[in-house]
Amino acid sequence: MPGKLKAKIVAGRHLPVMDRASDLTDAFVEVKFGNTTFKTDVYPKSLNPQWNSEWFKFEVDDEDLQDEPLQITVLDHDTYSANDAIGKVYIDIDPLLCSEAATVISGWLPIYDTIHGIRGEINVLVKVDLFNDLNRFRQSSCGVKFFCTTSIPRCYRAIMVHGFVEELVVNEDPEYQWIDRIRTPRASNEARQRLIFLMSGELQRKIGLKVLEMGGNAVVGYLQCFDLEGESGLVVRAIGTACTLEKISTFPATATYPSNSSPSKDMKEPGFGEETPGVPLSSGPPTPLRAQTFSSFSPSKSYSRQSSSSDTELSLTPKTGMGSGGSAGKEAGPLKALLRQQTQSALEQREYPFFTLTAFPPGFLLHVGGVVSARSVKLLDRIHNPDEPETRDAWWEEIRQEIKSHAKALGCHAVVGYSESTSICEEVCILSASGTAAILSSRFMQDGPLDAEHRFEEVVSPGCGFCHIPYDELNIPFPAQLTYCYCCRHYKVPDVLFTTIDLPTEANVTGKGCLIQARLCRTKKKAQGEGNATAISNLLPFLEYELHTQLMNKLKLRGMNALFGLRIQISVGETMLLGLASATGVYLTALPSPGGIQITGKTPSDITYEQHISNMQKKINDTITKNKELYEINPPEVVEEIIGSPIPEPCQRSRLFRSHSESSDEVSELDLSHGKKDAFVLEIDDTDAVEDIHALLTDFSIPAGFYSCNTEIMPGIQNWTSAIQMFTSVRVFRLNNANLTNQGLNKIFSDLCENLLKSLYFKLRSMVPCCLCHLNFTVAIPEDELIQVAVTAVAMSFDKEQSLENGKQSGEKTLIKAITDEQLQFNLELNAETSSSNPLSSPKGITMEKASPLPEGRSRSLRSNRSYSGSSVAVVKMTPLSFIPGAKIIRYLGIINMFFIRETTSLREEGGVSGFLHTFIAEVFAMVRAHVAALGGNAVVSYSMKECVFMENPNKNQAQCLINVSGDAVIFVRESELELTSVQPQSATTQTSNCGEGT
Amino acid sequence: MSVELDVFVGNTTIMDKEVYQLWLNGYTVNDAVKVRIEGGVMEECEASAEVLLSDTMDQYRTFQMCERLLHHPAKLANQLLFQFHPQIPPDRQAMLIERYYAFDDSFVREVLGKKLSKGTKKDLDDVSTKTGITLKSCRRQFDNFKRVFKVVEELKGPLVENIRQHFLLPDQLARDYAAIVFFANNRFETGKKKLHYLTFQDFAFCAGQLINNWTLGAVDNIMDDMDVDLDKEFLQELKDLKILITDKDLLDQHKSLVCTALRGKTNVFNEMEANFKNLSRGLVNIAAKLINAKDVRDFFIDLVEKFIEPCRSDKWTSIDVNLYLTHYTNSAHILDTFKHHAVWTRYMGVIKSCILRMYHD
Repeated sequence: MPGKLKAKIVAGRHLPVMDRASDLTDAFVEVKFGNTTFKTDVYPKSLNPQWNSEWFKFEVDDEDLQDEPLQITVLDHDTYSANDAIGKVYIDIDPLLCSEAATVISGWLPIYDTIHGIRGEINVLVKVDLFNDLNRFRQSSCGVKFFCTTSIPRCYRAIMVHGFVEELVVNEDPEYQWIDRIRTPRASNEARQRLIFLMSGELQRKIGLKVLEMGGNAVVGYLQCFDLEGESGLVVRAIGTACTLEKISTFPATATYPSNSSPSKDMKEPGFGEETPGVPLSSGPPTPLRAQTFSSFSPSKSYSRQSSSSDTELSLTPKTGMGSGGSAGKEAGPLKALLRQQTQSALEQREYPFFTLTAFPPGFLLHVGGVVSARSVKLLDRIHNPDEPETRDAWWEEIRQEIKSHAKALGCHAVVGYSESTSICEEVCILSASGTAAILSSRFMQDGPLDAEHRFEEVVSPGCGFCHIPYDELNIPFPAQLTYCYCCRHYKVPDVLFTTIDLPTEANVTGKGCLIQARLCRTKKKAQGEGNATAISNLLPFLEYELHTQLMNKLKLRGMNALFGLRIQISVGETMLLGLASATGVYLTALPSPGGIQITGKTPSDITYEQHISNMQKKINDTITKNKELYEINPPEVVEEIIGSPIPEPCQRSRLFRSHSESSDEVSELDLSHGKKDAFVLEIDDTDAVEDIHALLTDFSIPAGFYSCNTEIMPGIQNWTSAIQMFTSVRVFRLNNANLTNQGLNKIFSDLCENLLKSLYFKLRSMVPCCLCHLNFTVAIPEDELIQVAVTAVAMSFDKEQSLENGKQSGEKTLIKAITDEQLQFNLELNAETSSSNPLSSPKGITMEKASPLPEGRSRSLRSNRSYSGSSVAVVKMTPLSFIPGAKIIRYLGIINMFFIRETTSLREEGGVSGFLHTFIAEVFAMVRAHVAALGGNAVVSYSMKECVFMENPNKNQAQCLINVSGDAVIFVRESELELTSVQPQSATTQTSNCGEGT
Repeated sequence: MSVELDVFVGNTTIMDKEVYQLWLNGYTVNDAVKVRIEGGVMEECEASAEVLLSDTMDQYRTFQMCERLLHHPAKLANQLLFQFHPQIPPDRQAMLIERYYAFDDSFVREVLGKKLSKGTKKDLDDVSTKTGITLKSCRRQFDNFKRVFKVVEELKGPLVENIRQHFLLPDQLARDYAAIVFFANNRFETGKKKLHYLTFQDFAFCAGQLINNWTLGAVDNIMDDMDVDLDKEFLQELKDLKILITDKDLLDQHKSLVCTALRGKTNVFNEMEANFKNLSRGLVNIAAKLINAKDVRDFFIDLVEKFIEPCRSDKWTSIDVNLYLTHYTNSAHILDTFKHHAVWTRYMGVIKSCILRMYHD
């Protein structure tokens, strides 16, 4: 009996009128946990009842505490007939189970009904007394912290990164049970909501257990999804990265930026203490080749090799067939021999060396190989035994194996920025996984080897290291052009780099970035069963190929050479497949300048045709020039600027082995005169290509003052103001004409996305200059002839002038944000070191803490007077990012993971589909905010809407929608408030402290 | 091929003031888009008509969702559905409320003093045609009147204060609503042709006078009294004033006192002297009849017919009117057989300020 849950029902307000005669309500409340139910007294004839109940106490196992939500039902008492339900509140107890998270849930929570929406609010108090349970065989995992954030949370530092955790649970979907024919829609919806709550709780508990087994205490980058498989069941699955985190207790230096700022110094001891001094990369029989690589690299300042390109994923992935996920095995076959010879790091011995993180502690990510992805098409069958979800497990296993082998083929031992998704249509399901092949430092790996080299390098990590190819240039698994790094001149880099991760903060970037999307629609025949699955499998490679080509063209058109945050979504419908690839394009200084796009015609004889082509060519060239200006891409003339080391020796080697790979002929490493040579050739041989180019050129240009990206931050933009606006926008487009060509569909789909973006810019015009960050598009085909696009993002204003008068502030922000300036970065590192070794730093921390209470308290009270005077509702910020500009997150209160269903049988009366969904989304936001506020928080970070399933039947005047949202509830404090406290005591050590805070 | 669904929801609610006004004015989405295009917002932001349409529809939906709360403005402060910009929530909310409850003078003139019933509401399309205000806007304004009326009707205490507290309206607007409620409750006739020249603000002023002086709440400050009904006791006492016209001596005496005081001070002395008995009879008769609810309704028309029109036809200036009424009121107190000084003062104070306010073209 290791836990006691206590709940108190205080009051209600704004209740709906339940008794038409009196225009009042006789409300009472049922409080249910597990199988125990308590009731309050009836508070007669009031819309604002004051129950002030006793404490209802539930004595329960902590296992139940993790699985079950506290269920609060508000009812209207009726003497003569059954009591009418007003609505429910589900409260996730999980945040109370962790000592570092919230301690009490207290506040006004919306009372929600799946048919009527929010119906008033209820004020509750919930607490948990947890007794310590030292039972080794326990089934609970209380105390394991969960974070949606895909980086190390701001006020923690990573001691250890243990690796991949995954779990899935399955059940029958209540909506498809026989009983659903006789029960009301409300009962059915509530059964579903409750079931998903339970399953999420169970899933989280099971993952927690795995984490404890691995010796961790937290899951970072926790990604939970559910698959509505219809008849065949309901799957809730989750992946994440197990870590051992330590709360940063000292107030000061590590202020804002990826928390573990200076891990190399302060955390080395605990981290390395347990490391076995094995030699990782040479534990296997080292090939002479590898060895050589190493010896030549090690003395130099930075990491070894580099990374890849996109082409990878192209050539490797598409071969997904139904029932067999292992296609890559075949492709990678020739490589295997070689790979086997290669050294295996400890990482490779893990089952899945995957990491859901997209941003990393400095020095953790060494090299990036490129995007790896795998898809497989499956036919759903009924899940017979919910306790043994083996088929689904096996499916994912196949996919993960494939990903792993792709990564190996790129010479990488790990996959970062890893994610999984599904798309279901009737009985066909596409499973997808993608990530970025990478080589990681062993520093955060418990069982990882001690890699002397890397430890060395970490101290000086220039912004180009991660670009250096990790694979052997002689055995490139795909055609690529390699050149010497434009930063360090020592190592090879690919011509383009595609990744699924965020832009590393230390990366050297030229100019600004922008959102790049490839959109594609492919029609397919209606089919059933295996035939359908085969047809889809056959289409997938083409889809991916074309998406890739589009991405590449658009990237070149913008004069950029790398993509971050790449997310390819493929959605399946009955008569079409949709593909949407989104990423943020940037110009990595380390990579060669991209060549232009050159188009050629197939029939040169025709003069008008020639004319046409040359016109187009001109247009393309103009666009590239314009874009370069727009995104401020003026790469330095590298050759002259770089000192010394013209052509290092390794190139000879590569020449020797030239014949080895097909790509070798275009490698031409000696040609350092940069990129013009490799103009991308587009051949116009049919109308398709013409259309494509047209589409390319007609992409809408962003209005002045706006920037957009789908990553956390935008390179080249600093000094964010505190104005942020998170939003969700959903559009559904109906194709009335069934006989559309692929081109026609493409155009429609592309226009849909473009128009959506245009509307966003218009909506947010008052925030200019501003950047739309973390633009997350999801597409779906809810039914035949419907295309649904949903976007969640945050708009953040920034100051145009990097005003020097508040140099401190902007300085800090500069450091928080993408660090493009090497000088700055150098400072930062230097100071990180000095501050940790410097005795001055600790007294500083103390004085600051001492100084803080007074001014901070004052400023807070001032602020609260000002901003809350008019309303009793606290403001809760929401953002899909892991941070809040100009603020410091001081505490994580727990994960928010909420699932809601809303249904209506009076669609017209609620303002049609738009009115219905608008209200529902607003209600979901309101409920998220209320729950965060009840936990004591004032913001949600890493917020995402993972599911928005919308179904309608206008003829019946009905609609239904399911929404799943998640995020991390946090408490943040404005930096301006902190500043008051920190400025004075620091005056003596201004320089250090400035930089210290930035770190 | 069409956009079937299109929504945008921000964590902080975006409301465009300009579109809000168009919505309040009852413009259809398409008309609102036209107005916005003419306003030049497109050039400003490189937007297209489609974008504008989408935005306008979205704003309209937001307002509709918000409307439910605006019906009970006190709820707006602690509702959870909308999160307004953290820096300026009170301002923004006050703006929303104030604009929602604002009304057109030309509209209110049409319904002022009418029963706020379904019947009146049905006639709103006529009002709409006549005033050029959209039917939607007319309905909103009418419903606002009715809502405020229903809430305040039952409440004790000062009318203006009640309105201000329940609907969070600024002072002036609360006063206007008090006037509307007061007129609707007493069903004052305002629609007759002879009253057309009067503006709503004229009536609102008069209403303020009546509320402050002639209701029960005006004399004693007992909180459980209501401001919406006239003080019955006072109306009863008004009958006693009849003596001023029925007693021939008193009437003559009154006249001579007034004339003595006025002589040489005005250009229309002769007309004043000639009309004195007529005018006095008019005013006292109004007073005496007020005990009948039906005659209360005709209060304003009576004032115009019995006093204002005769004066106007004799070309009195408002200074003349002021002078006349001052002496007319004061002289009565000097009459030896006249005992009803308190009632007279209470009556004439209001009459004088009402007439002065109403005495214009």
